[in-house]
Amino acid sequence: MQHVAIADQPDELHDPDTFITKYIWSQDHKVIAIQYGLTAIFVGLVALVLSGLMRLQLGFPDTFDFIDPNAYLQFVTMHGMIMVIYLLTALLLGGFGNYLIPLMIGARDMVFPYMNMLSYWTYLLSVIVLLASFFVPGGPTGAGWTLYPPQAILQGTPGYDWGIILMLASLAIFIVAFTMGGLNYVTTVLQARTRGMTLMRMPLTIWGIFTATVLGLLAFPALLVSAIMMMLDKVIGTSFFMPALVSLGENLDYTGGSPVLFQHLFWFFGHPEVYIVALPAFGMVSDVLATHARKNIFGYRMMVWAIVAIGGLSFIVWAHHMYVSGMHPAFGFFFATTTLIIAVPTALKVYNWVLTLWQGNIHLTVPMLFAIGFIFTFTHGGLTGLFLGNVTIDLPLSDTYFVVAHFHMVMGVSPIMVLFAAIYHWYPLMTGRMFNETLGKLHFWFTFLGTYAIYLPMHYLGFLGVPRRYFAMGSTDFIPESAVSLNASITVSALIVGVSQLFFLYNVFWSMRHGKKAEPNPWHATSLEWQTPDVPPHHGNWGPELPTVYRWAYDYSVPGAPEDYIPQNHPVSAEEGTAGEEEAHA
Amino acid sequence: MKFFETLGQKPWLTPDTGGTAAAIPLETDQLAAARIALRFVMTIVSVLFFLFIITFLSRSQYPDFQALAGAPWQPFTDTSRLWINTGFLALSSAAMQFGLISAQRNALRGAITGISAAVFFTLLFLLAQLYLWQYLQALGFYVGTNPANSYFYLLTAVHGLHLLGGLVVLANVVFRVWYDERPDTLAGPLQLCTTYWHFLLVVWLVLFALLSSKPETINTLAALCGF
Repeated sequence: MQHVAIADQPDELHDPDTFITKYIWSQDHKVIAIQYGLTAIFVGLVALVLSGLMRLQLGFPDTFDFIDPNAYLQFVTMHGMIMVIYLLTALLLGGFGNYLIPLMIGARDMVFPYMNMLSYWTYLLSVIVLLASFFVPGGPTGAGWTLYPPQAILQGTPGYDWGIILMLASLAIFIVAFTMGGLNYVTTVLQARTRGMTLMRMPLTIWGIFTATVLGLLAFPALLVSAIMMMLDKVIGTSFFMPALVSLGENLDYTGGSPVLFQHLFWFFGHPEVYIVALPAFGMVSDVLATHARKNIFGYRMMVWAIVAIGGLSFIVWAHHMYVSGMHPAFGFFFATTTLIIAVPTALKVYNWVLTLWQGNIHLTVPMLFAIGFIFTFTHGGLTGLFLGNVTIDLPLSDTYFVVAHFHMVMGVSPIMVLFAAIYHWYPLMTGRMFNETLGKLHFWFTFLGTYAIYLPMHYLGFLGVPRRYFAMGSTDFIPESAVSLNASITVSALIVGVSQLFFLYNVFWSMRHGKKAEPNPWHATSLEWQTPDVPPHHGNWGPELPTVYRWAYDYSVPGAPEDYIPQNHPVSAEEGTAGEEEAHA
Repeated sequence: MKFFETLGQKPWLTPDTGGTAAAIPLETDQLAAARIALRFVMTIVSVLFFLFIITFLSRSQYPDFQALAGAPWQPFTDTSRLWINTGFLALSSAAMQFGLISAQRNALRGAITGISAAVFFTLLFLLAQLYLWQYLQALGFYVGTNPANSYFYLLTAVHGLHLLGGLVVLANVVFRVWYDERPDTLAGPLQLCTTYWHFLLVVWLVLFALLSSKPETINTLAALCGF
């Protein structure tokens, strides 16, 4: 059967006509994106509640009977895994990747819509398997999100039996889902761009999503390999990772496997994973900043190069997560060096965002507030990364709250800020309505200031040497009384931030019905997704004819132009064409 | 390099009056898309096996590791069984190639013969691999008794699963062509299937070489990788 969804023949598109083909078994990338998004946000809310429970225990120890040490470790583990994989990866790539790729490059849909649908349902299955582990005997695994063997599958760790099995199975299913989706994203970007959409005319959002997907396709196999081998260690008693050991006075059957091998595999996936989350966020924030500052993105080419360079470098920095694992000291030198090198393109991006704002016509809309907030949180989180990238500084800080503060700033709060920016920015396109500005601003200020109230003090706790993952500090000499009250204050802030997300949820659902009707291009943006004939775009996106692209995505405030933006599909006038040529020759 | 040329473009300079815009074909060729996807699939599968092999080499340097070849009592010191299985897989690859050439010449009968033979030999290979498992079990080489055994079962299983996946895709291709009654559209997708078959043959040859390596060879490889 010749595939028609991306061809320029809308009459052959077979619009879905029943409720089920339209909203359930849909092959439309926009519906799949929303399905991905809602599922990810739902499971993210579960993880948010888990973090609240953790904070209750840390802030007010000995107060809540229902949180015992086992439950605490389970909350930590599930919170981490859900947030990194099932929320961030799924929402950024499955959600925004799906929604934006075809619209921004001028395609009718993904090139393999059926596989795209399959990707979502497989993802949903992985989420169900993961959540099922809350209801099995022993509960979910409490091994920490890194699932290090041997403890992850040994008695004494909560959920060492069913919990860890379901976790590994769920990860394997997720990887299958991601691979199906990822193949679609990269192939669509390479193959289905409309007339005139050269690679270097793509918005940075697409560059970020594209590169992140390539990273994911190459890095997730490492997680799959480790999940399969650990599963075999657990279920049929192989010794890939499990060393010979004595547990509860008993000699186990395992022979001399290597737990450090697991760490290498895990972080060979785990570090690119940071950029799988960060690169789409980098891309989207660039577009939000340019649009709301009415200025072209500063250094577009450099931004693309930085994305590609970060993608490549992200594969050779993984062992900076393992300085305390007992690996060869020379490794530490190598990985510290590469870690500092990867900071160069990353810093370059930050400079370019700031320079984009410089002398721009900044509109402090809700998406823009979140985007600017991201520049703050990302800079702070990134700078502490430079500390931790150095072996000698990492050794004393490893496994303290300094690390928790660092990675929450850089890969928790920062991508979440961009996600909120992106949701508010593209909300009018997705729903055809505007959100409530006041609620959005309240949401921003609570979230932005609140996260600082949570994570700034955590750096200090880390300097004091307060260890992470501990259920309670007890009466430890080196932890002063002030650390205890600081913990209480962090918990209060965390709960406030958690509750303030209700502004967002209420806003999203209320505005869907009651929001002001959105104009077709409310932000006066140049990129293609805002130039569809209908808002929200219908099945097939473009009506009878695909758009033609004549320019890059950042023609904002062009001198001499009647308006302060020129859409990508706006033909070039004769004078403009010659002016451009002269400029090129100059 | 085209890639660097692309990255060197200055998209802000010359707004386009339609010249280069027309250079990009509009009608996306589904086959070309599938070809790109296949390249990605093969890269991903290569990464998967590469990682398995790296862990194999790393794990081989621990004292409890006993390679499956070398000493006379080790099962793969005599590789004849492995060669027979390899023969089946090579035949299936050759049959696919024959089917492809026939399809390209619009010789439907030849194509059907080729595909059927390929499926037959692929299934035969999978059965022979299962038989090999039984043989090892009978010799007392169980999954958990030694990491080398674990790797043998694991790698053959993962390779077999990829072949099964290939069979599903092949069935889909044949079914679609049959359903649409468009035998002339067979060659394109069949080309991709054939590439995948050859690729899995190469993967199997690498696994074969690795699993039947003597301890000295494995140690040298591991040393080269820094283990």
